[in-house]
Amino acid sequence: MKILRELGEFIKMAGGMFRKPENSKMYWKQFMLQCNDIGIGSLGIICIISVFIGAVSTLQTAYQLVSPIIPKTTIAQIVRDTVILEFAPTLSCIVLCGVVGSKIASELGNMRVSEQIDALEIMGINTKGYLVLPKILAGLVTIPLLIMLAMVLGIWGGRLAGTAAGIIDPSIFDTGLVMAFKAYNVYFALIKSFVFAFIITAVPAFYGYNVKGGALEIGHSSTRAVVVSCVLLLLADYILSALLL
Amino acid sequence: MIEIKNLKKSFDDKAVLKGVDVVFDEGKCNLIIGSSGSGKTVLMKCMVGLIKPSSGSVLYDGDDFVSMNDVEKKNIREKIGMLFQGGALFDSQTVEQNVMFPLDMFTSDKYSKKKERVKQVLERVQLKEDAYRKFPSEISGGMQKRVALARAIVLNPKYLFCDEPNSGLDPQTSMVIDKLIQEITQEYNITTIINTHDMNSVMEIGDHITYMHQGEKEWEGNNKEIILSENQKLNDFIFASEFLKDAKRMRTIQETGEIPKDMPAGVKDAIEEKLNVDLDGDGHIGNPSKNKPSSKE
Ligand SMILES: Nc1ncnc2c1ncn2[C@@H]1O[C@H](COP(=O)(O)OP(=O)(O)O)[C@@H](O)[C@H]1O
Ligand SMILES: [Mg+2]
Repeated sequence: MKILRELGEFIKMAGGMFRKPENSKMYWKQFMLQCNDIGIGSLGIICIISVFIGAVSTLQTAYQLVSPIIPKTTIAQIVRDTVILEFAPTLSCIVLCGVVGSKIASELGNMRVSEQIDALEIMGINTKGYLVLPKILAGLVTIPLLIMLAMVLGIWGGRLAGTAAGIIDPSIFDTGLVMAFKAYNVYFALIKSFVFAFIITAVPAFYGYNVKGGALEIGHSSTRAVVVSCVLLLLADYILSALLL
Repeated sequence: MIEIKNLKKSFDDKAVLKGVDVVFDEGKCNLIIGSSGSGKTVLMKCMVGLIKPSSGSVLYDGDDFVSMNDVEKKNIREKIGMLFQGGALFDSQTVEQNVMFPLDMFTSDKYSKKKERVKQVLERVQLKEDAYRKFPSEISGGMQKRVALARAIVLNPKYLFCDEPNSGLDPQTSMVIDKLIQEITQEYNITTIINTHDMNSVMEIGDHITYMHQGEKEWEGNNKEIILSENQKLNDFIFASEFLKDAKRMRTIQETGEIPKDMPAGVKDAIEEKLNVDLDGDGHIGNPSKNKPSSKE
C-alpha cells in the first residue's frame, strides 16, 4: 500500500519537474555542479572497486577451470563477459546507491527540514525542476560514463592479477579478450546503466525531497532511499536480463 | 496591503485555522502573536502559498492569491521576501553567494552591479565585510538571521514575511533585528508581517497586532492598546511576561495612586524610595530594616 502511494507521489513529483526554467544559466550551473558531485565525486571508489573485482574474477575463474583441455584464453573471455555484463554495471551501481543515493537523500532532506526548499519556493523557483531534475540528468550523463570506465578498469585489473599471480600470460589474455567478442554485451550493459542511473538518482531524490520532520527523519529517509533503490536496481537487473539477453 | 478573508485550514480533520480575517497595511510592522501551536506559522504559510488553505482568500493589493494560476503566483512571489525561523540559508554557499542568489536567478545584471547591491544590503543589516566569505555554519545565529534578512530584501520586496525573527537570539540581538525590520519597513513602505511570541518585539515595533488563540483571531490592536486590553485570553498570554506585569502595575500606580497587591516587595520598596512616598500606607518609606545602619559596620 505504502509503495503504491509513494509511486503516485513520485509520478506527481516527476510531472512537476518539467517547467520552463526561471533562468536557464542557473539551471545549467546546477547541472554542472551535480555532474561534478556525482561523477567526479564517485570516481575514486569506482576505480578501486572495478580493479579489484576484475582481479578477483580472474583468480576465481582460473581456480575453477582446472582442466588442461580448456585453453587459458577462456579465462580472459569469462572475465571480460562477466565484468561487462554484470560486475561493472550492477556491482558499481549498488555501491553508487550507497554513495550517491545517501548523499542526494540527505542533502535534499536537510534542505527540506531547514526550510531551504521553502525559501526557494517563496522566491518563485520551481524546486522540483531546480533541485531534483539536474540531479537525475547529471546521473544519466555521468553514471554510464563511470560504468564504461569500470568495464575497462575491471578487465585491466583482471589482466594485472593474472600476470602477477603467474596464472596467465598477458599476451594470451589479450588474445582471449578479442575472441568471440559480442558488441551487443556492451550495449546491454549501457542500457542497464541508464536505467540504474535513473534509479540511483530519482529514488533518493524523491525520499529526500519529501522528508517531513527533523534530523532523525533525514536519517530514516536516506536509509529507506538506499534500501529501496538497491532492491529496485536488482529487480531492474533481473527484468532487463530476462528481456534482453 | 494584504487582506485575508475567512481563511480556514484543517489538517485531516484537525482545524488549525478557523476562519481568520485580518488586514495588513503597508509601511507598518504587522505582528501576529500567540502561544506555540496557535497557528501562526500555518497562517503565514497559507498566505505565501507554501500550504494550501482549505478555504478563504488572501488578497495581495486586491488580487486573490489562492485562486491564481502558477504564472500569476510566481509574479506575486517575486515581490515577496521571507525570513524563515531558522534562517534557511543555503549551507553550500557563502554569505555573499546566499544574498546574491535571488539576483542571479531573477536579474540579468552584470556581476559588478549585483556585487554592489549585495554589499549595499549586507551593510544595511550591519554585517561586517570579513563575514562575506564565510559559510552559514561559520557565523553566529544572529548573523545568520541578518544574512537571511539581507537575502529577503535584496530584490526590494513589496511584502516581507518574518517567522519568529528573534527565536533563539539573545534579547539584545533580537532588538537589533527588530529595529532593522522596522526601519526597512518604513523606509521602503513594505507590508511587513511578523510572527512572534516575544513581548519585547510586541511593545517595541507592534504597529498592528493580531492575537491568535487556537486558530482564531482573538484580539486586534496596537502596542499602546495591548496592555490595557480587557480580553482575558490576551491578558493571560501577555502577562506571563514579568516585565509587562510591571508595566501594568506602574500604570495602575500612575492612574489610581494605589500600589497593586501583587507587586513584589523589593520592587515596591524601590519605587517608594524613588518617589519618596509611602504608597502602601504602612507608615514608612521603602524597607526600614534595610535602611537601618548595620551595627557591624
Ligand atoms: N503539516 C502539518 N500537518 C499537520 N498538522 C500541522 C502541520 N503544520 C502544523 N500543524 C499543526 O497546526 C498547529 C499550529 O501550528 P503552527 O502554526 O506551527 O503553530 P505556531 O503558532 O507555533 O507557529 C499545531 O498544532 C500543529 O501541530
Ligand atoms: Mg511557528
